[in-house]
Amino acid sequence: MNVDQDTFRQALLDPKAPRPTGLSDGHGLEAGRRFDVYRNNVTVSLAEALETAFPTIAKLVGAQNFKLLATSYLRQYPPTSPLMMFYGKDMPAFIQTFEPTKSIGYLPDIARLELALRHSYHAADATPLDPAILQSTPPDTLMASKPTLAPATRLIRSKWPIHAIWAFNTLPGAPKPTMAAQDTLILRPDLDPEPHLLPPGGGAFVAALLDETTLANAIEAATTEDPAFDLSAMLALLITNNALTDLKD
Amino acid sequence: MFDENPKPIDRLPNAPGVGYKPQHFADITNDPGVVGWLEIHAENYMGDGGRPLAQLRHLAETFAMSAHGVGLSIGGETRLDPDHLKRLKHLNDWLKPASFSEHLAWSTHGAEFLNDLLPLPYTEATVTRVADHVDELQETIGRKVLLENPSSYLAFTESTMSETDFLREIARRTGCGLLLDVNNVFVSATNLDTDPIAYIDDFPLDHVGEIHLGGHDEDEDDHGAPLLIDSHGREVADPVWALYDYVIAKGGVRPTLIEWDNDVPDWPTLEAEAQRAQAILQKAVA
Repeated sequence: MNVDQDTFRQALLDPKAPRPTGLSDGHGLEAGRRFDVYRNNVTVSLAEALETAFPTIAKLVGAQNFKLLATSYLRQYPPTSPLMMFYGKDMPAFIQTFEPTKSIGYLPDIARLELALRHSYHAADATPLDPAILQSTPPDTLMASKPTLAPATRLIRSKWPIHAIWAFNTLPGAPKPTMAAQDTLILRPDLDPEPHLLPPGGGAFVAALLDETTLANAIEAATTEDPAFDLSAMLALLITNNALTDLKD
Repeated sequence: MFDENPKPIDRLPNAPGVGYKPQHFADITNDPGVVGWLEIHAENYMGDGGRPLAQLRHLAETFAMSAHGVGLSIGGETRLDPDHLKRLKHLNDWLKPASFSEHLAWSTHGAEFLNDLLPLPYTEATVTRVADHVDELQETIGRKVLLENPSSYLAFTESTMSETDFLREIARRTGCGLLLDVNNVFVSATNLDTDPIAYIDDFPLDHVGEIHLGGHDEDEDDHGAPLLIDSHGREVADPVWALYDYVIAKGGVRPTLIEWDNDVPDWPTLEAEAQRAQAILQKAVA
């Protein structure tokens, strides 16, 4: 009896499916639990990849619950690419439908933050803009220019205090989160991505820049959202973290 | 300082190498000990930038590098993923590794990547399919590749040829080289109750461009027969060292990799494994 890869794969990810026939121990006995080595390798390696990708989620739900979450996820969403560092892109949506986690409102945004950290880590390198260029550009030209952000920059806007939740579960001594909407900006000054809590208006400002709009439009978006928006503090954050790479016409 | 005798890094030396782990970056750059070359899993270096590529560029200035693919699914029933072929070509183009290798296995099914090295029946139809895929890979990346023998936990009743005949035929048809994983030979021979020495005696050692050594775990099948798992999570077992000694005595010295991918140890522990390989290599040239 021939075992095609379709049959093999069905039995691999469905623990209730019968093991394929036509597999032996090499001497005529049915392979039996020898097949389970492959089942186990696939399940364990994918679950470990998810644990590496989502350490904060794992900490928040606990190791046992995360194992359940990961096993259900990997059966519903097996990887679609051999680049395992990006495995888990559907986790935010999955968390919202998975019965044990769907009532935890902030969890999908934590998953988004963790995915963004991974993508930032692997994003292309970029040369920061020389601050002298910024200082020597006439104000009108500056306002009409489109500031470009480094490829490793990621923005996560949330109605939950996700920066505080991430910090509380990651950084020793970080304060306990309290309820607030938080916009988080991931910047990678060199090789290590770091999440920064954005001040009022900052989320709208960065979102506008990521949409490739002019500095004037981004400032308007930011002050519309919050009149207290502090442009110089915002620019200082971007510049000190090597996030500003160009001023396009 | 000016180096009058730069290391030849365009080919793997007949010395021990290790599977590169980022936690060993500082140790390796400070003092690699007997370790003369490094191997990376190709798929881990397919991002656009950041630390992985920065470290790799740095290491490739000093060490001969081997790129080892774990995701192409050369044994797959469906066509090779053209996007992944492009990524492999890109990596080979910029890194120019001294060696590129892949596995006799499948891991992709339709749009899914299953992240394991899954087994193949040894039949004429599989030979044709694998040889076509090796041809396509070699043409795409513009170089000869090495194909690695798998760890087997079971056998296909439909198989009509031995693994050694299968690999010999693939090498003959495609001109590819072979990567001999000595731990896999021992694991498969134990699991399928065959003779590992007979496997080596029948293996086309002339085609071997690289050897792998790694640790395995022990389990049992439904009937209490030993079932070894290729886990890469501990020291190389003593009988595997003995088999490696036999391979080197018979086939001559080869670049030899210590694979330790899970429960990765500290650098001195890993380097001590490389020293064991070095002792066997030195004995053979003495």
